[in-house]
Amino acid sequence: MAKAFFIDTTLCTACRACQVACKQWHDLPAEETKNLGTHQNPPDLSFNTYKLVRMNEKVIDGQLRWLFFPEQCRHCIEAPCLEALGDPGAIYQDPDTGAILYTRQTRQADADAIIESCPYHIPRKGPDGSVSKCDMCNDRVHNGLLPACVQACPTGAMNFGERDAMLEMANKRLEVVKAKYPQALLLDPDTVSVIYLVAFPPENYHEFAIASREPSGVTRHMALRKMVRPFAAALSHLG
Amino acid sequence: MTNHWIDLKNADVILIMGSNAAENHPISFKWVTEAQKNGATLINVDPRFTRTSSKADIYASLRSGTDIAFLGGMIKYILDNKLYHEEYMLNYTNASFIVGKGFGFKDGLFTGYDEKKRGYDQSQWAFEMDDKGVPKKDPTLKNPRCVLNLLKKHYERYTTKLVSSVTGTPEADLLKVYKAYGATGKPDKAATIMYAMGWTQHTVGVQNIRSMCMIQLLLGNMGVAGGGVNALRGESNVQGSTDHGLLFHILPGYLPTPSASIPSLAVYNEKNTPKSNDPRSANWWQNRPKYVVSLLKSYFGDKATAENEFGYGWLPKLDDGKAYSWLDIFDTMYNGKIRGFFSWGQNPACSGANSNKTRQAMAKLDWMVNVNLFDNETGSFWRGPGMNPAEIKTEVFMLPACVSVEKEGSISNSGRWMQWRYEGPKPMGNSRPDGDIILELGLRLKELYAGGGAFPDAILNLKWDYLTNHKYDPHKVAKEINGYWLVDKKIGDVTYKAGSLVAPGFALLQADGSTSCGNWVYCGSYTDKGNMSARRGQEDAPNNIGLYPTFAWAWPVNRRIIYNRASCDPKGQPYNPNRWVVKWDAEGKKWVGDVPDGPWPPPQNPDGSPNEAGRYAFIMTKEGFGQIYGPGLKDGPFPEHYEPLECPIEKNLVNGQRMSPVAPVYGTDADAHMTCDPRFPYVGTTYRVSEHWQSGLMTRPQPWLLELQPQMFVEMSEELAAMRGIKNGERVLVASARGEVKCTAIVTKRFKPFKIGGAVIHEVGIPWHFGWRWPESGEEESANLLTPSTGDPNTRIPESKAFMVNVTKL
Ligand code: SF4
Ligand code: SF4
Ligand code: SF4
Repeated sequence: MAKAFFIDTTLCTACRACQVACKQWHDLPAEETKNLGTHQNPPDLSFNTYKLVRMNEKVIDGQLRWLFFPEQCRHCIEAPCLEALGDPGAIYQDPDTGAILYTRQTRQADADAIIESCPYHIPRKGPDGSVSKCDMCNDRVHNGLLPACVQACPTGAMNFGERDAMLEMANKRLEVVKAKYPQALLLDPDTVSVIYLVAFPPENYHEFAIASREPSGVTRHMALRKMVRPFAAALSHLG
Repeated sequence: MTNHWIDLKNADVILIMGSNAAENHPISFKWVTEAQKNGATLINVDPRFTRTSSKADIYASLRSGTDIAFLGGMIKYILDNKLYHEEYMLNYTNASFIVGKGFGFKDGLFTGYDEKKRGYDQSQWAFEMDDKGVPKKDPTLKNPRCVLNLLKKHYERYTTKLVSSVTGTPEADLLKVYKAYGATGKPDKAATIMYAMGWTQHTVGVQNIRSMCMIQLLLGNMGVAGGGVNALRGESNVQGSTDHGLLFHILPGYLPTPSASIPSLAVYNEKNTPKSNDPRSANWWQNRPKYVVSLLKSYFGDKATAENEFGYGWLPKLDDGKAYSWLDIFDTMYNGKIRGFFSWGQNPACSGANSNKTRQAMAKLDWMVNVNLFDNETGSFWRGPGMNPAEIKTEVFMLPACVSVEKEGSISNSGRWMQWRYEGPKPMGNSRPDGDIILELGLRLKELYAGGGAFPDAILNLKWDYLTNHKYDPHKVAKEINGYWLVDKKIGDVTYKAGSLVAPGFALLQADGSTSCGNWVYCGSYTDKGNMSARRGQEDAPNNIGLYPTFAWAWPVNRRIIYNRASCDPKGQPYNPNRWVVKWDAEGKKWVGDVPDGPWPPPQNPDGSPNEAGRYAFIMTKEGFGQIYGPGLKDGPFPEHYEPLECPIEKNLVNGQRMSPVAPVYGTDADAHMTCDPRFPYVGTTYRVSEHWQSGLMTRPQPWLLELQPQMFVEMSEELAAMRGIKNGERVLVASARGEVKCTAIVTKRFKPFKIGGAVIHEVGIPWHFGWRWPESGEEESANLLTPSTGDPNTRIPESKAFMVNVTKL
């Protein structure tokens, strides 16, 4: 049975336990960062950073909001990166969990094509040319554990389980949240395994919070074909 | 905490003020979130919009150091709009007590002020007594000298307009907060406060908290589920170390440290044991002599006898009128009067106010022992910035301690839960548990003193038998803390056997030397049934409010919510039946639910007639009532707004005293302070971030955490940045009268200029976790280079939350 995440950003406090837990489980090296005038750090996802809590200050309807977006690979149900590459030795889907998994063989593949294909701007290239991203903690999941980021989350913002259960949880929570934030919506819930609930229009959180709107190049076109339906759905949510 | 972490979920309103729970107590937010899911309103008051604010339903800003003005306005609002819980106030607080003629307040000073001593004669604030020696009361609340009417008069001045001009909080925001919080004066509503160092680290720290206690008493929020006054402790075991006498003025179990002018145990007991002439006041501290003798028996074992006053003479004594707090220690050290120093599990070169003074002070020592996980800015102070190693004679010894997870023992969390932890991995290298180190130190001292020395008795007579197989045994210490029967003793029908552990609790402790107890509040934690703190029961109590009474063990006597008798009406029936804590079972003649504050029946019988066997609810106060009027503090029975030592305005807008008239001020050349000086025009404050801990010793060398918060930063408003031509992300210099620190500017909408008394005042904020040892650049320094050495007159905690700085481009 496919798994899914439900990430309720209205509960996220940007404690970043998830971000550190991800590094710890995967033993990923820290990046040498500087403070760039924000608490968000590292500034972006990278070959060694699969999970990043994005932090944005926005004034919405005259009120200051500090919006947090714990970002990771969406494990798309029909993943554009997987289809773009078409090489199951380098990118494949675990039939048990639905995880989209990259292998070291991405080094031999066209890294830029993989990166270009992703409508959420997730995969990143390493110094040796291979490509990396969140792996759903597939090893943990197969051993009955929660993904490291979910396990670490103190507020209940991160949830993980069977897709049906997560969808149900997401829809229930959406109803509740809407009373306070009428613009609240789920991001691309039908096409991804990482379902975000946001209180405000997604562009306030991150440019690629929903599948990107302006893809270019052939592979992106292919991606777009897949994404047209949810994109339209998201737009209709925006009213 | 009067309540505990899980209990936060029971609140209807949560006020987070003087703390930043989402960032600094992240796990607490699990329960805050739970409360919000249940429909609770979250209010956050903070100079800066934080990650906590991002989750709040109501956010209000205030200038650092103006909390009493803010809360005084709330008291006035509650009184003006009669939002208080009148029955509770009458039954459980001293609102109806008549205050003696000696009390008065004028121009920012209470009666009894002595300018030379910078202190008050507190005896002038006493209650008026009847001929039996019981405080006079006026239950009609008409007497103009009753506490409620004095309270009204005192806070008359705190109009929202005046408060707003002091705090800089827009009036509309004040009203929003007052209204939401004040709405919990209803019997079936509860509000809680979560505070931390944002309230304590001020010259008015204790009075900040007092203000909130008074509000909680007025609204009937003490003793109830989802209520209380809740200090969020900054370390997993701060509660435990405070309980066990970490501070200079208390011995374990909150027993006052004796002073040199108290020559005997009899005089000590006479002076420190409160007497109540009201038979219905439990006046629990009347038992103090039992706790003191049991403690002495625990310290000195068989050597402590009735003849030698159980070794009272061997206890260290304080000089009268002298304080021995952090500020005072480093002041004395700076003045060259301390030769040796154990820096144990701390990093004073970064963590204390006015770090330059602290670092200079350490250069005057002959020797220092640094017991820590790693070398730190303290152990290496002699090679730190501005130091010339060739000139420093201090000899530094490093004793490596192992980390908490490498040893067995207990911690006591903010909710007073003592929780046992097991050893995980073995200690690394030659590092050892603190217990090992201190035990061996004691044994070596005994050897040295065996050959004589100054006053060897205290050391030689110390019972020091906590070794098992040549190693420190945490179980032996835990049992010692619980206490033993030392002789066979029959009480009622029960005979207690010598050598058995005292159980179920401190009610059994004796003043005749027949019991020992290392800390009376922990009596009952380790009994012949086992180590109560190691329990991990998952079942809730019958009231289903999240007490989980068999998970770990809470002091006192496993009571999870203290003052819980006040959650009931005088017949012992809960004010809120849906979230009841305890209730009186009249047929079974017992309380059910949480462990009640004492076994006595409620003050009234089911038919409303008084029950003489009943006791008042606030058993730890002499009179038995919650103190809206608190005559026991050094700075007055009602909180009053005073400006911090360093502030941006010439005049206190509320009264004629600019700063607290009793706060300590130090006079060395390292203690410069400036107020309203154009060289330091901005209010500065310090805080923590989620990603680092304390002075940063455990987090700054950790690459994953350093990645998240790599550098010292200063947060400032867009307005201030524009005025000073500072760009986001640029390095700037933040300076105070005492030092300077390089920071990266975070220019943010989350700080806003304040309008104070008609002027625009800017505030900036800096984290205090950095120091020059890590990161390796050596460029990131401690915020405490800027903070002043002054503090609260009661606790002497430093005022590191409000001071004056300048910010310039580098
Ligand atoms: S989010 Fe991007 S990287 Fe992840 S599965 Fe979808 S297309 Fe692939
Ligand atoms: S699921 Fe695992 S790999 Fe993915 S973000 Fe969470 S911790 Fe990282
Ligand atoms: S752990 Fe949870 S609350 Fe913390 S940043 Fe991640 S998602 Fe947010």
